[in-house]
Amino acid sequence: MKFFKFFLIVIILFPLSSVNSEGNDKRNEITKNLRCLICQGQSVYDSDSEFANSLKIVVDKKLQEGLSEDQIYEYFKTKYGEWILYDPGLNKNTYILWLLPILIFLIGGAIIYKSFIVKK
Amino acid sequence: MIYSLVGYYSLILGLIIGLSLFYFSYKNFNNSNVLDTKILSFTFLQLFFVVISFLCLIFSFVISDFSNVTVFNNSHTTKPLFYKISGTWGNHEGSLLLWLLVLTLFIFIFLVRTKNQPVKYKILTLVFQQIIIVGFFLFLIKTSNPFNYIFPIPTEGLGLNPILQDPALAIHPPILYLGYVGSSIIFSSVLAATSLKIISTSWASHIKKWILISWIFLTLGILLGSIWAYYELGWGGFWFWDPVENVSLMPWLALTTLLHCILVLEKKSILTSWVIILSIATFTLSMCGTFLVRSGILNSVHTFANDPERGLFILVFLFILIFLSILIFFFFHKDNNRKSYSFFWLSKETSILINNWFMMYFLSVVLIGTVYPIFLDVISSQKISVGPPFYHKLIIPFLIPFLLMMAIGPKLKWIKSQLEDKVYLISFLIISILLAFLILKNFNQNILINTILISSALYLFFITLRDFFVKKYKNISQNIAHFGFSLLILSILFNNIFASEIITNLKVGETFENSKTKIVFESVDQKKEKNYNAIIANFSISNLNGEEDRFSPELRIYNQPIIATSEADIKTTLMSDKFIVINLVQNQDFFNVRYQVKPFMLWIWLSVILISFAGIISFLQKRL
Amino acid sequence: MKNKILPFSVIIIFGIIFFIFYKGLEDSKIYTPDVNTKKEIPLFNTKEFFSGENVNSSSIFELDKVYLLNIWSSWCVPCRQEHPLLMNLNLENKLNIIGMNYKDNLKNAENFLKELGNPYKEIFIDLDGTIAIEWGAYGVPESFLIYNNEIIKKYIGPLNQESIDEINLFIK
Repeated sequence: MKFFKFFLIVIILFPLSSVNSEGNDKRNEITKNLRCLICQGQSVYDSDSEFANSLKIVVDKKLQEGLSEDQIYEYFKTKYGEWILYDPGLNKNTYILWLLPILIFLIGGAIIYKSFIVKK
Repeated sequence: MIYSLVGYYSLILGLIIGLSLFYFSYKNFNNSNVLDTKILSFTFLQLFFVVISFLCLIFSFVISDFSNVTVFNNSHTTKPLFYKISGTWGNHEGSLLLWLLVLTLFIFIFLVRTKNQPVKYKILTLVFQQIIIVGFFLFLIKTSNPFNYIFPIPTEGLGLNPILQDPALAIHPPILYLGYVGSSIIFSSVLAATSLKIISTSWASHIKKWILISWIFLTLGILLGSIWAYYELGWGGFWFWDPVENVSLMPWLALTTLLHCILVLEKKSILTSWVIILSIATFTLSMCGTFLVRSGILNSVHTFANDPERGLFILVFLFILIFLSILIFFFFHKDNNRKSYSFFWLSKETSILINNWFMMYFLSVVLIGTVYPIFLDVISSQKISVGPPFYHKLIIPFLIPFLLMMAIGPKLKWIKSQLEDKVYLISFLIISILLAFLILKNFNQNILINTILISSALYLFFITLRDFFVKKYKNISQNIAHFGFSLLILSILFNNIFASEIITNLKVGETFENSKTKIVFESVDQKKEKNYNAIIANFSISNLNGEEDRFSPELRIYNQPIIATSEADIKTTLMSDKFIVINLVQNQDFFNVRYQVKPFMLWIWLSVILISFAGIISFLQKRL
Repeated sequence: MKNKILPFSVIIIFGIIFFIFYKGLEDSKIYTPDVNTKKEIPLFNTKEFFSGENVNSSSIFELDKVYLLNIWSSWCVPCRQEHPLLMNLNLENKLNIIGMNYKDNLKNAENFLKELGNPYKEIFIDLDGTIAIEWGAYGVPESFLIYNNEIIKKYIGPLNQESIDEINLFIK
């Protein structure tokens, strides 16, 4: 039980350790998760369109203003709609998207367990 | 002119032969115990006509016959010969002709090479394959004829998109299609075998060869596509979870699952239903991929000319095949040996089932991620994007137990097994964890998940490596494949974690310097080629150790069609790739410079080659 | 009975999938952001086009007036195409047309206006394209119909007669 608690604390604390990274990295990480509206198959990070270049500058500005990653995503979501985010959050539109694979995994496991395996 | 005519009528003849084959098959099926020679010769004739048609299209491209619409749209006189030829299958019409070529080629080889199987089974396989072939003939002739005329005849063509002018992409479609379309033979064969109720161990070892062929080519095809994206798209990535990539990954996952599952069937004549479903799913997923890509229902970087009529045709055809398979499956297949199914929990069967279980999960993630936006849009008009973060979040955590199972699974015996020698299994695990921790201890980003991932990949790496020495040639192909997979995962992880990147704006003569790297933008040259003009930027880049490299990335402006591309300059070494790319910025006199150091890049390619090499060994072993 | 349920449900599921794919074929897959939702106009600081003086967005847009913000650039071909329409709109004079010069070279932009006329009451500069993003635009040209500091409607791409009619209707 003690071990379990310790484990939990480690998990909760560990995202903190990744905060002190360089600004550029943060910018890249964010723009990788934004979809470019000009070349619609690419992320803003990968794209070199005028729009994407400006958007990178905006991300830099927002980071300097001290906005968090989530706030920046939220900002672009209100400007351009949910489509711009490559990482769709868990909401009523995406319950099936996120949970169906997990459900399939669980059902698959149950089928294998029930029909094939004898414990002895 | 003449080539188009010959090509077109060869297609018509091929279609007629396809239809007549139904008749001969029907006659032969009821009356005889030997395969009618007419069937064999007609199948050959069909292949012959498709080859003629295909050659005609190639010739039209080689001589730049612009009376042909396909050539006009996709070629140009100034293009190098190599790309004129590869332009044949770099477009929708030509690539479908390639589909047909593979379909007819595979059924012909199948009929010639298949021995020791009932004649009825061969005939029925032919019939199912002909349904697919005839469908594609109709599709080609009706909606995407590669031999349409244009009048008046233009003097010059529109040219091939420059990003498609790349050696890896030139051979990518033929290789990929051999895998992609090759799975059709598995589909036809399993439907035939189900209808005749001859799914058995001997059928399993017979079809295994075909599964291996498809699997090898599909693996290599995906690799080539990935290499192309890395060198040509100029982003420094090799896998983008783009819909087009996903649709090639889905049949691969199904095929890999099938490859494992068929091992069980080959030994024990169980899991028949599951093998049937997987065989059907593989080709259905290939077709579904074609539908998704060609209909324009998804938007992706790789655009084919989109046409709703084509989409509708493939969609209807795809679902005819699906419903046909469902009917055959439920009507003919009776699974009555359910009682004998049970396995001991620690056995090879269980480990293969667990492999199947995880593979199906990965498949469902990719499938749902790819098609979900379409469903949501149709049902509620909400538009969302599903990108890399989704796939990473759902796949990476499951990779950990999967890798561990890959290490332990092959150690188990059939029916019932005990893990002897637990000592080295556990000590290897401890070594892997320690090593992973040592490698990562200076990196503070996501250290926990990365350590666990790397330890499990290292574990697989060491276990398989040990087996090369301990087991020698026993199960060599399986061991190479698993070893290759561990190498692949390790390379991808290191490539991600240790990659470094500099993005900056530089004018000619300027220097960028940070604590580790110094980039000098030395000069700019111009170059004129037959099919493009280029600006070449010369850089000298040195790192802490004083090593200096010279780079010359280019900005090219192709003349036909007029498209600007940026050519990355990549220096590949055994341990890392250095990658530099430049871009112009609107109304500015500086260049946007992107410099990346990507460790273990070469190893990603090598490990995939190793994995397909394992397939080749397994294929050859069966022959001996 | 149980044996029949499975095949039927499988067939129904695939039937639904077929239907959804079929429906999905109908509409274009190129994404454009929603154009009809009302939004507050963003706040920003920038430079005036001719004088080069600093301006604040609040000094450009007043309440109770109708504005048309037009994002343009001299290097953008469709902007030339829509320019005469803007000139005509300007003649009617009930509407304040504001220009946003997007990632442009000042000389070229001035020549552009000399050649085709200046329909704008005021022009400000967006040199690096960041203000356009504040507005939720992603290309040139784009136009925004503004009333009471709210974006009423967004026009992506060049204006055409239809959109001009709609704007005129709104002014009345």
